[in-house]
Amino acid sequence: MINNSLKQLGQMLAKKEISSVEMTQTFLNRIQQYNPSINAFITLDTDKTLAQAKLADARIAAGGDEPLTGIPIAQKDIFCAKGWRTTCGSKMLANFIAPYDAYVISQFDTAGAVNLGKTNMDEFAMGSSNETSFFGGVKNPWDFDRVPGGSSGGSAAAVAARLCAAATGTDTGGSIRQPASLCGFTGLKPTYGLVSRYGMIAFASSLDQAGPMAKSAEDCALMLDVMAGFDERDSTSLNRPKEHYTRDLNMSLKGLRIGLPREFFAEGLDANVAKVIEVAIAEYKKLGAEIVDISLPNSQLSIPVYYVLAPAEASSNLSRYDGVRYGHRAAQYDDLMDMYMKSRAEGFGAEVKRRILIGTYVLSAGYYDAYYLKAQQIRRLIADDFTQAFKKCDIIMGPTAPSTAFKAGEKADDPVAMYLQDVYTIATNLAGLPGMSIPAGFSNGLPVGLQIMGNYFDEARMLGVAHAYQQVTDWHTQMPELKIPEVVA
Amino acid sequence: MALNITDIKRIAHLARIEINEAEAEATLSKLSGILGLIEQMQAVDTVGITPMSHSQDVVQRLRDDVITETNQRELLQSNAPAVAGGLYLVPKVIE
Repeated sequence: MINNSLKQLGQMLAKKEISSVEMTQTFLNRIQQYNPSINAFITLDTDKTLAQAKLADARIAAGGDEPLTGIPIAQKDIFCAKGWRTTCGSKMLANFIAPYDAYVISQFDTAGAVNLGKTNMDEFAMGSSNETSFFGGVKNPWDFDRVPGGSSGGSAAAVAARLCAAATGTDTGGSIRQPASLCGFTGLKPTYGLVSRYGMIAFASSLDQAGPMAKSAEDCALMLDVMAGFDERDSTSLNRPKEHYTRDLNMSLKGLRIGLPREFFAEGLDANVAKVIEVAIAEYKKLGAEIVDISLPNSQLSIPVYYVLAPAEASSNLSRYDGVRYGHRAAQYDDLMDMYMKSRAEGFGAEVKRRILIGTYVLSAGYYDAYYLKAQQIRRLIADDFTQAFKKCDIIMGPTAPSTAFKAGEKADDPVAMYLQDVYTIATNLAGLPGMSIPAGFSNGLPVGLQIMGNYFDEARMLGVAHAYQQVTDWHTQMPELKIPEVVA
Repeated sequence: MALNITDIKRIAHLARIEINEAEAEATLSKLSGILGLIEQMQAVDTVGITPMSHSQDVVQRLRDDVITETNQRELLQSNAPAVAGGLYLVPKVIE
C-alpha cells in the first residue's frame, strides 16, 4: 500500500477496503520505525492526526469525499497549522504554537486530507541540504551518509521513504525541485502567485512559492488541485479561474517542442548526471517530441542576483523576530537593545545570520542602487530570456541539480559551494515560472532528476509531459531499501 | 567592495544581532566570498532596464475599509515571552 498512488489510495478508501484511520496508522507506524534514523519529522501529534482521520472516515461514510479525503499528507514545518507547533526549523520558533491555519493547510483540511505531521527543513528554508535545521539534519533514504537536499529535506525524505502518501514543500530557489532530484520523486514549483503564501512563514516574499512533493506527476496534479487558488489575504495571489491540473495527463507529445538550454549542459554539470538526462531526452524523442536548441544567456547571473534579492527580502522579513510578541527571548539582557541583539543572536543559526547580514548590507544607505535595484534589473533580463525561448519551444528541459546527493558535511562550511546546488533551479524562481523535477534514472545508485520548465500557468501541460514519461518508465515507482534494524517493541 | 571587521560589526548592529570578535572574523571571510559572487552583476549593462519585482507586474489590490478581523488577543499573546494585563512586557525604555 505504501507505494500506491494517491488515486489508488483514494479508491481503497472509497471502496471501504481500508479506513482512513487504518491507512494513517500504517504511515504512523512507518514513521515510528524509521523516523528516529531519518529525522524527517520535527513534530508529530498522533491524537490530532487520528482525530482528522476519524472525521475523514465519517465523511467518506456519508458520501461527501473528495479525491484526497482521508489521505495522510506530511506538511513542511513552514506552514502554520492551528494548534500545531510550527518551528520553520529554527530555535527562534521552537516553542511557537500557530494560532491560525495557513491557506495551504486550510485547503487540505477542506479537502478532508489528514495532516500526518510537520516535516524537517533548513532553518527558515535557507539551505540546500537540510543541514541548517535547528532540529538536526535529515538522512537521504537512498544513502544515509548523504543529504536529502533542501530546504524541503524532511518532506523529501518522507516521500522517498514512503513515510507519507505525499507532502508539501516550498521553493524559493529550488527547495522543492533539488530535494526531489536528490531523493528521486516528483516535485513541482508552480507559477509565482498560484498558491497563496498566507500563513507560510516568509523567507523571500517575491520568490517563495508552495507546491506538491509526491511520487508521480498524477499525484502532484491531484495535490495542486487542492493547493492552488486565489486568496485575498496574500497581496501577490493571482485572481484566476480555478483549473483542473489532471486535465492534460493523457495528452500526446507528438510535435511537442522541447527546448534544451545550452547553458544547462555546460561546465559544472556532473558527466554521469548529463548521461542520465540525455537518455531521458531520447525517451521523449521516442514519444514524438522535437528537440530544439535554445539559449538562456543571462541564466549564469541567476545565483548572484538571487543572493542579493533573497537575503535582502529575508533581512526585512526576519526583522519581525524581536523577542517581544513571539519567538525566542534571551534569558538575560541589560536593556531593550540588548534584548533584541541577544535574542536574535541566540535564536538564529549561522546561515540565517549570514543571509540577514548580506541583506542588511545590500539594503544599507548608499548601496541600494548598486545591489537591489541592479539585481531587479537583471532579473528582468533573465525573465526576458525565457520569453524569447518560449517563442521557439513549448517546454524547457535540463538537469535539476548539477550532481547527485552529496555527503553530509561536504559543503556545510562553504556557503558558495552550497549555493551552486541551485544553479539550474533559481532562474525560474526569478522569472516567476513553474518548474518541476521528475526521477529520470540513477548514477552510482543515487537518483537523478530531470527538470521540466513551462511557461506561466502551464502546469497542466508540464504535468502531462511528465506523466507521459512516467507511463513508459518506472523510475518514479522505485523506492529505497531502508536498511534500518526494526525497532524492538 | 572589500569588507573589514568594522563593517561586519556595523552591519550586525544594523541587523540587531550580537556578534563577538571570533564570530566577526569567521563571518568576514564567508561574507566576502558571497559578495565576490554577487560582484559578477556589476559587469552587466542595465541602463534603461525596468526593475522587476513580480512576473505578472500586478498592482496592489484595494478593499473596502471595513473590519475583517476579530479580537484574538489572548490567543495571539499566548506565544509571547512576557505579557501582563494584555500588554507585551519589554525592558524599561523611559527613565
